[in-house]
Amino acid sequence: MIGGLFIYNHKGEVLISRVYRDDIGRNAVDAFRVNVIHARQQVRSPVTNIARTSFFHVKRSNIWLAAVTKQNVNAAMVFEFLYKMCDVMTAYFGKISEENIKNNFVLIYELLDEILDFGYPQNSETGALKTFITQTGIKSQSKEEQSQITSQVTGQIGWRREGIKYRRNELFLDVLESVNLLMSPQGQVLSAHVSGRVVMKSYLSGMPECKFGMNDKIVIDKQGKGGGNGCQSIAIDDCTFHQCVRLSKFDAERSISFIPPDGECELMRYRTTKDIILPFRVIPLVREVGRTKLEVKVVIKSNFKPSLLAQKIEVRIPTPLNTSGVQVICMKGKAKYKASENAIVWKIKRMAGMKESQISAEIELLPTNDKKKWARPPISMNFEVPFAPSGLKVRYLKVFEPKLNYSDHDVIKWVRYIGRSGIYETRC
Amino acid sequence: MPAVSKGDGMRGLAVFISDIRNCKSKEAEIKRINKELANIRSKFKGDKALDGYSKKKYVCKLLFIFLLGHDIDFGHMEAVNLLSSNKYTEKQIGYLFISVLVNSNSDLISLINNAIKNDLSSRNPTFMNLALHCIANVGSREMAEAFAAEVPRILVAGDTMDSVKQSAALCLLRLNRTSPDLVLMGEWTARVVHLLNDQHLGVVTAATSLITTLAQKSPEDFKTSVSLAVARLSRIVSSASTDLQDYTYYFVAAPWLSVKLLRLLQCYPPPEDGAIRGRLTECLETILNKAQEPPKSKKVQHSNAKNAVLFEAISLIIHHDSEPTLLVRACNQLGQFLQHRETNLRYLALESMCTLASSEFSHEAVKTHIETVINALKSERDVSVRQRAVDLLYAMCDRSNAKQIVAEMLSYLETADYSIREEIVLKVAILAEKYAVDYTWYVDTILNLIRFAGDYVSDEVWYRVIQIVINRDEVQGYAAKTVFEALQAPACHENLVKVGGYILGEFGNLIAGDSRSSPLIQFDLLHSKFHLCSVPTRALLLSAYIKFINLFPEVKGTIQEVLRSDSQLRNADVELQQRAVEYLRLSSIASTDILATVLEEMPPFPERESSILAKLKRKKGPGNLHPDLDENRKERSANGGTADHSSTTSNAKSSPLSFVGDLLAPASTAPPTNRPRPVSSSYLLQAPLTPIPLQASAVPVLLSAGPLFQVAASPTPSTDLLGLGSTITTQNSAPPASKGTSLLVDVFSENIAAFPVETPVAVGPVADENFSSFLPNTPQVAYANATLPIAEEPEDKFVCKNNGVLYENQLLQIGLKSEFRQNLGRMYVFFGNKTSTQFMNFAASVVCQDTLQAQLNVHAKPADPTVDGGAQLQQILNIECMSDFVDAPVLNIQFRYGGTLQNVAVKLPITLNKFFQPTEMTSQDFFQRWKQLGAPQQEVQKIFKAKHSMDTEVTKAKIMGFGAALLDGVDPNPSNFVGAGVIHTKTTQVGCLLRLEPNTQAQMYRLTLRTSRDTVSQRLCDLLSEQF
Repeated sequence: MIGGLFIYNHKGEVLISRVYRDDIGRNAVDAFRVNVIHARQQVRSPVTNIARTSFFHVKRSNIWLAAVTKQNVNAAMVFEFLYKMCDVMTAYFGKISEENIKNNFVLIYELLDEILDFGYPQNSETGALKTFITQTGIKSQSKEEQSQITSQVTGQIGWRREGIKYRRNELFLDVLESVNLLMSPQGQVLSAHVSGRVVMKSYLSGMPECKFGMNDKIVIDKQGKGGGNGCQSIAIDDCTFHQCVRLSKFDAERSISFIPPDGECELMRYRTTKDIILPFRVIPLVREVGRTKLEVKVVIKSNFKPSLLAQKIEVRIPTPLNTSGVQVICMKGKAKYKASENAIVWKIKRMAGMKESQISAEIELLPTNDKKKWARPPISMNFEVPFAPSGLKVRYLKVFEPKLNYSDHDVIKWVRYIGRSGIYETRC
Repeated sequence: MPAVSKGDGMRGLAVFISDIRNCKSKEAEIKRINKELANIRSKFKGDKALDGYSKKKYVCKLLFIFLLGHDIDFGHMEAVNLLSSNKYTEKQIGYLFISVLVNSNSDLISLINNAIKNDLSSRNPTFMNLALHCIANVGSREMAEAFAAEVPRILVAGDTMDSVKQSAALCLLRLNRTSPDLVLMGEWTARVVHLLNDQHLGVVTAATSLITTLAQKSPEDFKTSVSLAVARLSRIVSSASTDLQDYTYYFVAAPWLSVKLLRLLQCYPPPEDGAIRGRLTECLETILNKAQEPPKSKKVQHSNAKNAVLFEAISLIIHHDSEPTLLVRACNQLGQFLQHRETNLRYLALESMCTLASSEFSHEAVKTHIETVINALKSERDVSVRQRAVDLLYAMCDRSNAKQIVAEMLSYLETADYSIREEIVLKVAILAEKYAVDYTWYVDTILNLIRFAGDYVSDEVWYRVIQIVINRDEVQGYAAKTVFEALQAPACHENLVKVGGYILGEFGNLIAGDSRSSPLIQFDLLHSKFHLCSVPTRALLLSAYIKFINLFPEVKGTIQEVLRSDSQLRNADVELQQRAVEYLRLSSIASTDILATVLEEMPPFPERESSILAKLKRKKGPGNLHPDLDENRKERSANGGTADHSSTTSNAKSSPLSFVGDLLAPASTAPPTNRPRPVSSSYLLQAPLTPIPLQASAVPVLLSAGPLFQVAASPTPSTDLLGLGSTITTQNSAPPASKGTSLLVDVFSENIAAFPVETPVAVGPVADENFSSFLPNTPQVAYANATLPIAEEPEDKFVCKNNGVLYENQLLQIGLKSEFRQNLGRMYVFFGNKTSTQFMNFAASVVCQDTLQAQLNVHAKPADPTVDGGAQLQQILNIECMSDFVDAPVLNIQFRYGGTLQNVAVKLPITLNKFFQPTEMTSQDFFQRWKQLGAPQQEVQKIFKAKHSMDTEVTKAKIMGFGAALLDGVDPNPSNFVGAGVIHTKTTQVGCLLRLEPNTQAQMYRLTLRTSRDTVSQRLCDLLSEQF
């Protein structure tokens, strides 16, 4: 289990140090700083083993979070915890920065006491934590309140307290996906997958029982109406659920039913690899003219319904390290050579589906005595589209609250799909 | 950046650097650098012409980026362009870039060299200096090739400025270091020496460095520098501190130059010219005197500079080693430093004293400081200083103070730092041995050593104790007693248990008389430690137990009980299990006599150099001056060296590694010394007399013989040993499988003869091999023996084997055991008295008739004149084959039995084939040689009728017993036998090939022999044909 948790600033100074187990000494703090933060070569692995001690780290802007252990722990669990820890901190004081951490160090220690016990992760649900860890000074709670908190935190449904009341019962569902692609210069897909999550924001009274349905292939096939109503089913490779989802029911009936926590929660996470809609196609053309010149032409084609608009499109074309000058011509958007990043960055604000746009650049090179050939890194792309590239559709989300008198129809539901680029690269 | 001076601006560079320094993260820094690089690239693009200033600025930025750790792959051209600028700052940046970033880039190096050449030939001293500095900084081979001739010219040219000369000297020094082969001596060398007389002290300092290095390369060329150096030194030393102005450093006149001059003088022996010598002595005395003066300044720099000169002077005094007064003065001076406040000084003083201690003149003087040094050892805070103190104690130790020093070191050992404990242990062990007048003291010391620092006592140390105890009778009893007492401590170190086990196993009987250390108590004591020990120690203890069985028959039952227990017999460790099984079997089967001979006391070890010394040297490493210096000193004072210190070096020179060292080191692959083990020969005593029953008892003996003596071998079998073991395995297991006639004993004795040293090394598996290959073979051997006809001529009987009964009548039985190696042989003749009365005036002599005298040397060692009734007498014959021979020598025996004189004459079975060495060869080789030996007189063929049944196995065994290698699969007809070997005589070696074709129907054999010598062919053919 986790033996200790340290937070460092970018210089490697320790901001927070919490040791849970005796096998982690003070020198572990220094070991991580010396071997990872100040390492001569940049450490890329998130797990570092130093003297039989494992360090798991994540970095948020300039802040390093490192979990330390001497035991053989489940690394995925540790990272899940670290990410959760980041979420909790963000929920409490906003952006994770050195300044914020310094200002809230008492709070952080309080949180660490609560969400890790002897190195074992505990309830890290922000909503639940906020009931008893507050930033607004010591609030003397009455006996009843205290006992209520205790019974809730230790009860079966630890993530939701009783007696919530809203005038308007509202519910927001966001399907957020990021699509990852690696394509060969000839347009062959080398690897592609979508990792998505369903985020739910609920403002519901009482203890509502919810049921979520989507076009999961297994469910659709089971119900025997596959494809009949124009709803393509998708194959989900793997998925994880929020702790509120009853897994036993999911295993038995493939139905997702739960009592949601109040406010925002990530209902599920999933990954698909089949039948992915690739929103953009990049066609590169690179020609070397002699030793001192390089001609690059890149065409992008949008590949979705013309009625939809893609946003925040950015194409990044890497340039050789000995570039001495660049001339760019593009029809649409703005393109610029960014010397500090060794790339031409082409930005387009909006682009409708089934369109095409191109950029051409002339790159001048400085002859060097280095015999190394340019490695030609891939052209990468960023965008945002208003649909789910995996093809996932929300079929229904039913709400039942037997005790209070509102029905499924009274709940206002909002569903939104956002597809973003993950690592979307085309080799050139 | 050193290049940026305030007036010179380069604002862009300053801005860039401050940008970098202000970067919050590494990523930001990389971004900024990428941006800057792109900017520089665009500026360096071919079409624009840059002015010198911006070129300089960008090159400077590139340099800075490179120094931050990023790769720079352009801008070299611009830097080279800067070299041809006329502005100092631009040129300087250009040179800086080149010195830092140049790689052997072929197209640029010529441009660079050209620019340097231009600068060297310019009259501007600044430019010349820049060029020289660049050459020295780069110092590559290309540079050396281009400028090795140019630089000396500049150095000695009359019109060169002082500062340039200075640079040129240092540049040449650097070139000499990187590529000494390119810096050739020439007429300039003589003029370089005269630079020592230069007006400018800077030039002199630089030149001294150069001359010192060159003088080491070719001392003859620079011999004249000695007088100049002495003159210069005396001028400096005698000058007032204000005379040298710039070169006076905190009131010390030119300390660096003085140090360098003193170093230079250390390259040469003391000057022969009396005047120079006197002047030098005067200088050294002045330096020593100055050390006594009160310091002129309280600043640490003043004393540092003064002491630097002083220590260098002392090194010179030590180096010359000729002026007793100076040496003693130096020693006293160092003695003062021993108690100095400054740690560095104490360190240096101790270090210098170490070398002083080995000088004959100052050894006594050093010894007067013994108390201080011991005190330093105890109270010093710095571990490196303590280490030096230990070194010094070791160096100053001699017979007079050995006891005190060893005692001090021992007591210090308890508190010593872990890092130096092992070294102290080795040193104590060496000193204790070297200066031991009284070996009880030695044993005490080493046992204390093990008690205080058991973990740091390496195997060599305790091997050595055992070697010494075994070799010295007088100390054995004491050792046994002391060890017994030491073992009584509740917790003792494993090394002590090892020593205890070995010594009690060997000499436990010497203290068994005392009821407090009765055999049973001894055994119980040892066995109480058994369970706390590691496997090698347990193995050793098991051997000690079996020795106990021999020493004290009364504890046999107890020990057998222990051996029989499941924890031994079924031990998971193969080695322990095997020992337990074998020892148990040995103890229950073998008679007391056999036990007594097998488990006899270890023979004395040959006297060799202590392996500890070798280890200490190894530990010190080649980097340490100490042994070298010792060696040097020894050479120079060869005639006058004191006995004490010469013993160290002579020890080191005279002897190979010790016995144990042999076993441990890969040296075990060295040719085995033919040292007969008394153990093997003495138990074989019985072998010829009772051939059949022996087999029963011989098996366990044989088996245990390997591991038994492993006691002395390394407990950690290295791969080397294992490799060696495997060769034994093949030797042992292959021949017995097919060798029918040879007795068991035969195989074993061969084994012993061939690997006298290695056999004990044989680790478990080897013995195992023996075991497995022997057991199934035993009946076959017995069978083969049984089929041997008794009616054979005695001589013929021994053609194919080496052991057996040579002669027997009602009074006397003569047994033989012999071993042969190349042209040498040794024969053990056992005279057994079958009667119950004593033989008187017993004499046996060997006679070689006429021609045989020249062909064979037989030397008989004298034997006892009496043989008791029922007893045996052993006589050893050493045989050397000079050339091939036919006759056999005769053994004449005379003795008086019951008043009558008995005379017996027996032919000794020494035949030519005994000097056969088998040769393995492939079919192709065989037939090639066969053809080469095609001359008619070289071949002898004989067709004869079989006298015995034509058994293939027996025939094979006979051919192998005959000495030739039996080559399988050479002859196309599988029923034929083919053999090859070489007969070794002192004068020649004769290659022999033989072929035996049996015809079973006709009961006939055809034997063909081809050798390079006709007489040999004939003789061998005669010998062999009689066998079938």
